[in-house]
Amino acid sequence: MIKFTGAASLAALSFMLSTSVAFAQTEVTWWHAMGGELGQKLEEIVAQYNDSQSEYHVTPIYKGTYGETMTAAIAAFRAGEQPDIVQVYEVGTGTMMAAKGAVYPVYQLMADMGAEFDPSGFLPAVVGYYTDTDGNMLSMPFNSSTPILYYNKDVFEKAGLDRETPPKTWEELAQFSQQIVDSGAANCGFTTGWISWIQLENLSAWHNQPIGTEENGFGGLDAELSVNGPLQVKHWENLKTWQDAGLFQYGGPEGGADAPAKFYTQDCAIYMNSSASRAGVIANAKDFEVGYGMLPYYEGTEGAPQNSIIGGATLWVLQGHPEEEYKGVADFFAYLSSPEVQADWHQFSGYLPITYAAYDLGKEQGYYEANPGSDVAIKQITLNEPTPNSKGLRFGNYNQIRQIIDEEFQALLAGDKTAQEALDELVSRGNQQLRDFEAANQ
Amino acid sequence: MDTKRTVFPARGLPYLLVAPQLLITLIFFIWPAGQAVKSSFEAEDPFGLSTRFVGMQHYLRLFSEPAYLASIGRTAVFALAVSIISMGFALILAVAVNRLVRSASAYSTLLLWPYAVSPVVAGILWWFIFNSTTGILPFALEQIRIRWNHQLNGTQAMILIIIAASWKQVSYNFLFFLAGLQSVPQSLNEAAAIDGAGPVKRFWTIVFPLLSPTTFFLLIVNLNYTMFDTFGIVDATTGGGPNQATNTLVYKVYTDGYIGLNLGSSSAQSVILMAFVIALTVIQFRYVERRVQY
Repeated sequence: MIKFTGAASLAALSFMLSTSVAFAQTEVTWWHAMGGELGQKLEEIVAQYNDSQSEYHVTPIYKGTYGETMTAAIAAFRAGEQPDIVQVYEVGTGTMMAAKGAVYPVYQLMADMGAEFDPSGFLPAVVGYYTDTDGNMLSMPFNSSTPILYYNKDVFEKAGLDRETPPKTWEELAQFSQQIVDSGAANCGFTTGWISWIQLENLSAWHNQPIGTEENGFGGLDAELSVNGPLQVKHWENLKTWQDAGLFQYGGPEGGADAPAKFYTQDCAIYMNSSASRAGVIANAKDFEVGYGMLPYYEGTEGAPQNSIIGGATLWVLQGHPEEEYKGVADFFAYLSSPEVQADWHQFSGYLPITYAAYDLGKEQGYYEANPGSDVAIKQITLNEPTPNSKGLRFGNYNQIRQIIDEEFQALLAGDKTAQEALDELVSRGNQQLRDFEAANQ
Repeated sequence: MDTKRTVFPARGLPYLLVAPQLLITLIFFIWPAGQAVKSSFEAEDPFGLSTRFVGMQHYLRLFSEPAYLASIGRTAVFALAVSIISMGFALILAVAVNRLVRSASAYSTLLLWPYAVSPVVAGILWWFIFNSTTGILPFALEQIRIRWNHQLNGTQAMILIIIAASWKQVSYNFLFFLAGLQSVPQSLNEAAAIDGAGPVKRFWTIVFPLLSPTTFFLLIVNLNYTMFDTFGIVDATTGGGPNQATNTLVYKVYTDGYIGLNLGSSSAQSVILMAFVIALTVIQFRYVERRVQY
């Protein structure tokens, strides 16, 4: 009993001490959506920052999925309890940009607080997604990725294919898949995560086709979708045909929860997903060797391959806090974008390096030579100077539009609609969402 | 119906006694419900920076929207299927357990377990069993040449959530049916048996009619359950898909409001749902409790 009270009072004492230390520091809260290993790494980075100086203390709080984090931040803003920093995924960009009174644009924050900040040091393919029409950076890129192709080298060899050559074009991919299935080397040729992001948005950008009018929505809120072009129709038609022939297996809506397992269990030989899936692929591909390649393109399409577009999330600063906290945010952002932190995060996670300095540091360290496939993503987004069709997309209510894409794709695979019907319906339903957003943000 | 009335001498005391309950109802029900009604007439950006009165626009849009009308039909199918299946199974189990003497309480306890499982966990359990890649049931169905893929097949997805929701609700219904069966006077049964009525005849002519208050009560509770409490099951198994095949009314409130941040339309939908519940409750109090009397 005496021992217990002793321990309790010691705990109380240490609690008092720790709170009194924290009192001297300015608290900065950061709501994020990084679970698992990525979340641990993020907390490690924050802990290093907190130890590196004594003026500010950043507290990272995990709020669930991207969608949950964003909704929580918006609800908190309405209640006046918003965090200083919130991590928002790329599809939420349109909503955040339109909320002019709620966000504190990063370029303005850095200037107001006198922090060291050079926007030209960031990779244009990454930052372009998050700048306004005047070229100002509105949010701080943190984790950006792009889809790449993974393949099972052992299955390729078993099927009589060259284990070092990934398919370059969709024609090759179909032919390889046929050979893989016919030879019995695997049950299916390929699967994919993110139908919306990879098989529609990136497909369009990679072939230099518009996703929507007004430069994919960058030009204004009156943009309309245009993904029902001949290329997209041809691709979706092919996916349906390939599914029926057993060459392609669907991994599910949104991120495609079933796709990774199909690749890890060697059911499917080829797998398209985010470059940030690389760590997971390596950890799970225990019985076979993984090869990497760029996304395939259709032979003879003018302008293909162009460059792929990014996904992932950026950090938005919310209004309504005292100036000291914003000083802390600016200081923390400067730390986050330093080459060392960026290179560490990029190499650990497979996300893109967001600055040239971080990329150069990785090269100096010999990281890309030691880790084959780790630079496919960077090469892919920087393959060509981005065109208005391939610098990204910016549509309001895009969350719902992503869901519509999944629904129409499911209707296609279930045989309820042809590719043309599904994409036409997708465009008309998506445009309705865009008009709603336009009306709500006048 | 005779009800006992207690008359308090002091005027203020009864109001004082119900005040805490009233306060809680006001703060946690009337106020938020009022807010929902208010925002169902407004168009607002997610952050609440600008609000505009739009009148009935959200309601009119909903009832001209094929997706919403389809969702109503789907919810009706789901609610009726779950109520019938879970009540049917519960009745069979209750009758079986009621015949047991010594092991009845052991069986009752075991049958109650699913009710303690939270909807999300129940959803995950069935999601594992029915998973088209790794699940055991699709594997078994494959043997009899049925291809199970609820990720693309809307009917199969609906069957999945009906099974999961029914499984969870059987326990609750079972408990009420068992209590109902135990209150059926044994003398009536015995008298019928002496008259030569067999077990089946006795059940349908004596037990089942006497159970009807319980049955009606359960029907209302089950309809309410499937319309509101099954959110976790839908979220954990199908997420409303494929192609909206399992997007029930309550799940649509969530996707439009919480994911889509369309607060106006989401509020209008929850007001409509609120009207449904009020109607069901009125039926329960006015109609069921008065008519079904023996």
